[in-house]
Amino acid sequence: MKIPGAQIIIETLIEQGCDTVFGYPGGSVLNIYDELYKNSDRIRHVLTAHEQGASHAADGYARATGKVGVVIATSGPGATNLVTGLATAYLDSVPMVAITGNVSVDLLGRDSFQEVDIMGVTLPVTKHNYIVKKTEDLADTIREAFKIAKSGRPGPVLIDIPKNVQIDSAEYEKGEQVAPYPKLIAADDELSLAIQMLEKAERPFIYMGGGIYRTDAGQQIIALSEKIDAPVASSMMGLSAIPYDYPRFLGMQGMHGDYAASKAMDEADLILAAGVRFSDRATGNKAKFSPHAKIIHIDTDTAELSKNINAHLGIVGDIKDALERITAAIEPREHKQWIEQCAALRQEALVSYKNYGNISPYDIIHEVNARYPQDTVVATDVGQHQMWVAQTYHFTKPHTFLTSGGLGTMGYGMGAAIGGAVGTGKKAVLFTGDGSFGMNLNELATAVSQNLPLTIIIMNNGVLGMVRQWQTLFYHKHYSNTTLNRATDFVKLAEAFGAKGYRAETIDQFRQIMDTVEKDNGVNLIDCLIDEDEMVLPMVPPGGTVEQIIVSRKELEQ
Amino acid sequence: MSTGEKEMIIAIRVQNQFGVLSRVAGMVSRRGFNIDTLTVSATESAGISRMTLSLKGDEYTRKQLIKQLTKLHEVLEITEIDNTAVTRDLLLIKIKTTSENRQDAMDAVNVFRGSVVDFARDSLIIQLAGDESKINAFIELLKPFGILEMCRTGLISLERGAQCLKDKNMNYINRMDQKG
Repeated sequence: MKIPGAQIIIETLIEQGCDTVFGYPGGSVLNIYDELYKNSDRIRHVLTAHEQGASHAADGYARATGKVGVVIATSGPGATNLVTGLATAYLDSVPMVAITGNVSVDLLGRDSFQEVDIMGVTLPVTKHNYIVKKTEDLADTIREAFKIAKSGRPGPVLIDIPKNVQIDSAEYEKGEQVAPYPKLIAADDELSLAIQMLEKAERPFIYMGGGIYRTDAGQQIIALSEKIDAPVASSMMGLSAIPYDYPRFLGMQGMHGDYAASKAMDEADLILAAGVRFSDRATGNKAKFSPHAKIIHIDTDTAELSKNINAHLGIVGDIKDALERITAAIEPREHKQWIEQCAALRQEALVSYKNYGNISPYDIIHEVNARYPQDTVVATDVGQHQMWVAQTYHFTKPHTFLTSGGLGTMGYGMGAAIGGAVGTGKKAVLFTGDGSFGMNLNELATAVSQNLPLTIIIMNNGVLGMVRQWQTLFYHKHYSNTTLNRATDFVKLAEAFGAKGYRAETIDQFRQIMDTVEKDNGVNLIDCLIDEDEMVLPMVPPGGTVEQIIVSRKELEQ
Repeated sequence: MSTGEKEMIIAIRVQNQFGVLSRVAGMVSRRGFNIDTLTVSATESAGISRMTLSLKGDEYTRKQLIKQLTKLHEVLEITEIDNTAVTRDLLLIKIKTTSENRQDAMDAVNVFRGSVVDFARDSLIIQLAGDESKINAFIELLKPFGILEMCRTGLISLERGAQCLKDKNMNYINRMDQKG
């Protein structure tokens, strides 16, 4: 039977298992929205305040659920507003499908009203993209988009659909939910080589990244770590893949990583890296990165091998499968001395975090952590608060940490937290800073209108803290444009949006507020006044090495 | 060329879909590689185009480029063409001539097995096919006449023997880092 393109879009989305879309209507997607109206019992549409918020929400939804996040926007400005969200998802390998409307095919290329070549614009920030010029191609294009988004290393796919393609009719037959392309499987001889290298190693080290939580391979990491008696560290993107309290887990490594994790990685003689991409924030000076170590790199994306750090052995294949096969075939090892050495590093790292204000960000995070269940989705924005959460929060379950790692998108958190709360149907937490929150605070409106259980914690220091920290350390305390001098009252702002607002100036006040907020299922915002000179430590200076790690404020003040 | 850099030719078979050229060219430039020549043409199969890229790069560039291009959805097969393959470039060049020096120009065309495709009172257009070095040598030879304008197609290339790009097992890309 022939049905209009807009109906095909909705039917195909539903057929592909999509029950929730985020978006914002407009001239070029009116037909799609008309179908959403008719099908509101089959597919939920979450209206955001801005398309950027919708794109981050689809991303947060995808990270929290493991499903493909879907976002819809109109042509022109609606479409360009998605770009930051797509780039964020692209760099963190998040499966997403973005649908944009465009002007009718006969108006394309004439600078028509709200016309933008969004396919051209998003070419560098999508895994793949399309413009569909015939209604007959719609269903298969959407199916292929889902397939690409979730196959191998996931990523965002955009489909641009001109208005006449939504209006015209074509045959539609309900299809099956598409399966991902077959997984690449690591070759036996390569795994044998890896096993030989691991068996010879005296100080083996497992380094895991986002690919581990994405493929739920945390248990495989633990099994290997136990069998070969090797410590494990995580990139920021890998956090939540294994429980924080696994005894051989040293925490996050990298620029603001745990001292023990970064130091042990530097001293290792063999690094098995899985599902990581050796970002510059994780490696520091690449020429001096882990000088004693041979590197085995396992990833599903061939292009990541030896892209940033030269691998002695690069293995392409499904990470979970490769880890399982290595663990099954390898002889058990014991590295008592090495494990003790790592434990000693951990002791060494126990610096006392001196509070600069009346309320320490670490105490705030611990307090929230202790009160909320382990499966609570925690979103962050970008900056100091993000690093404090990454360092401090005790992540236990995969898919509970939503943060913009690769792109470092300030303003990501509000949308992501909404997506997380919608996706899980449970209370979500957003840790943000006053700078980041200012970027997309309009989405408070969305959280309230959707009646989401959301706790928003603003680490308010009145400055752009992370940039200020760099200015303190590397720019002679020239605080250029990082002191905000705003008079925004976040409590009143929350109230104006229909949420509840609180202010905490001491940790005791914060605890009292949390007594109330913990039990409330609405949108609660807590404005926490922290000191402007709080720093994220330890810190490996940009382009530096572990040798140059700054561990405490004392070192700086000397 | 900096140390370790060498000329390389990459042949790709792609699905001929909307935007595929900008996708391939965009990937190359985005990753910081400069294309020297790029040709796109029809192939023996409908809906499939062949691209030939020539560029300079070191070992790292070569591997990264091939791997990044392989990730593009439209890319079907990709290979680096080595110097045993047949490569051709086509030149159209317009030079100034006079009745005095026209015969010298014609001699050069004959020696290089080119052909004159336009003959005017004070100019010639010459067509020449060959590998890059032959064409470069020919251009050098014609410089004294005065080159009015010229254009080249860029390289196209086929591997010798019965082996074809479409039959290439792409698994070799996954084995590139077996021993880094």
